[in-house]
Amino acid sequence: MGASLQNLVAGMDPYFLQIIVNIGIAIILALGLNIITGLTGQLSLGHAAFMSIGAFVGALLTIKTGLPFSLNLILAGSITALVGAMIGYPILRLTGDYLAICTLGFAEIVKVVFLNLDITNKALGLSVPPAHSSIPMPIMVWICAILAIVAVTFLQNSRFGRALKAIRGDEIAAESMGINLARYKISSFALGTFFAGIGGALYAHFLGYINPSDFSFLKSVDILSMIVLGGLGSVPGAVIGASVLAAAPEFLRFMSQYRMLVYGALLVFLMVFRPNGLLGGVNFVDLVLRKLGKKPQLAVRNGKKGE
Amino acid sequence: MALLDLKNVTIRFGGLTAVDSVNLQVEEGTIQALIGPNGAGKSTMFNLITGIYAPTEGEISFGGERISGGEPYKIAARGIGRTFQNIRLFSTLSVLENVLIGAHTRGKVGLGGAICKYLPWVRREEGALQEWAIECLKQVDLVHRVYEPAGSLPYGEQRRLEIARALAIKPRILLLDEPAAGMNPQEKMSLMQMIRGIRETGLTVFLVEHDMKFVMGLSDRIAVLDYGVKIADGTPLEVRSNDRVIEAYLGKGAAH
Repeated sequence: MGASLQNLVAGMDPYFLQIIVNIGIAIILALGLNIITGLTGQLSLGHAAFMSIGAFVGALLTIKTGLPFSLNLILAGSITALVGAMIGYPILRLTGDYLAICTLGFAEIVKVVFLNLDITNKALGLSVPPAHSSIPMPIMVWICAILAIVAVTFLQNSRFGRALKAIRGDEIAAESMGINLARYKISSFALGTFFAGIGGALYAHFLGYINPSDFSFLKSVDILSMIVLGGLGSVPGAVIGASVLAAAPEFLRFMSQYRMLVYGALLVFLMVFRPNGLLGGVNFVDLVLRKLGKKPQLAVRNGKKGE
Repeated sequence: MALLDLKNVTIRFGGLTAVDSVNLQVEEGTIQALIGPNGAGKSTMFNLITGIYAPTEGEISFGGERISGGEPYKIAARGIGRTFQNIRLFSTLSVLENVLIGAHTRGKVGLGGAICKYLPWVRREEGALQEWAIECLKQVDLVHRVYEPAGSLPYGEQRRLEIARALAIKPRILLLDEPAAGMNPQEKMSLMQMIRGIRETGLTVFLVEHDMKFVMGLSDRIAVLDYGVKIADGTPLEVRSNDRVIEAYLGKGAAH
């Protein structure tokens, strides 16, 4: 099966393939940040730093060990999540601007550390050998992206996801409902950064070269723009936002350096006409069911068992 | 033994003593009211009981166990449900979701179960939680609103939704912070019925309220707070004729 997949990917236009892969990785990153900022309401400006941790851990695992790539990905994600939880813990009490500044500072620290470590080859960056996997990287990226979409969709409407949304809505009320704020905030950070780690490791292996300065503040803002564009807290929003902003640099290539102007104008228009993002506040399942003239599904209705 | 027992509870914010050595017992199965002029420290008292503030001095126990100084989420899980004076609903979420969040402590499914949502026990728990949430919404007569965003409800219904959300925790005591504020007379009447109905189910109700008529008609016992000090405690009849209460509400001289 591996060989036929290789042929499939080899037959595709490399330029097109690159855009498709960029979109897939952007979706994973955006969904991760969407858990932290969209669902839990904790503004993080350091998502690219977590991505870089995943990228370097993943790359080093491939260089130093013979681990299969899927295991490598899980490890890269888990180590990033561990760092995410460690960062999440001390900054739990901060909210809003203070939290954002703290995550921003943390991101700069990570960058400087990677720029100075011997193992990450300092400012020269790291060449990443091909992954130990028979599945070609573009397919791997999209398997991960689809798993991420499904996981976050399920998460949103679970007891766990509701606790996160409660924290976003009102921390005092959430606490009075018996929700352990510290535990859920740390879990949210760990989970969101797990996604960032996976995205980073995929990015490293697809590109074959990583440099600490690839994961700058601008990259974090880029990911944040994706979820703001799509609508905070919305999974389809994050997917569409990520797709649009990951592909936009290619479509706006003819404008070269003016494309940041278009970005800016786009965001201003968005804030004026759809302040909640393109898909903010839209519940898709609900919308479709309503169009079909059906009520949304509920396991029980009016206290009677549904099935 | 009283269900909720406050012993010499004091809290100071800098130089201000908001609650000054208050002793108060709430008996199981009763409707207890706490009244007092604006700024008397009524809401502060609720925040002390629910753990949002820790008392500077004194001790609060619930069901015989000390709760003061504990984390708010742990105190809530022991069976204390509350509403807020300035409504604190999750306004972008649906009515059902609000109540499901209230039922948080009644579930167990964590992150793993959330992602594997088709596992039988995960589905069973979610079904049970939803069934329970609907049950709570029935008690406040809001079942017809389940899918609407909480923020879009009219004011009186938002207050009732807060009660449903507090009931979802399956509390032993329900703390209502000015439940009748901003309601018209008819709404107040039906709210009184509703609170009586809640007490019938075995719950203890502890409420803070401004509206004297509402409190007098509803409560078994009334405590009066003025400048953080408890100045009276008794049946509605006793409190109504207490000189110090009249003085606190109407000013000096009115009692004579």
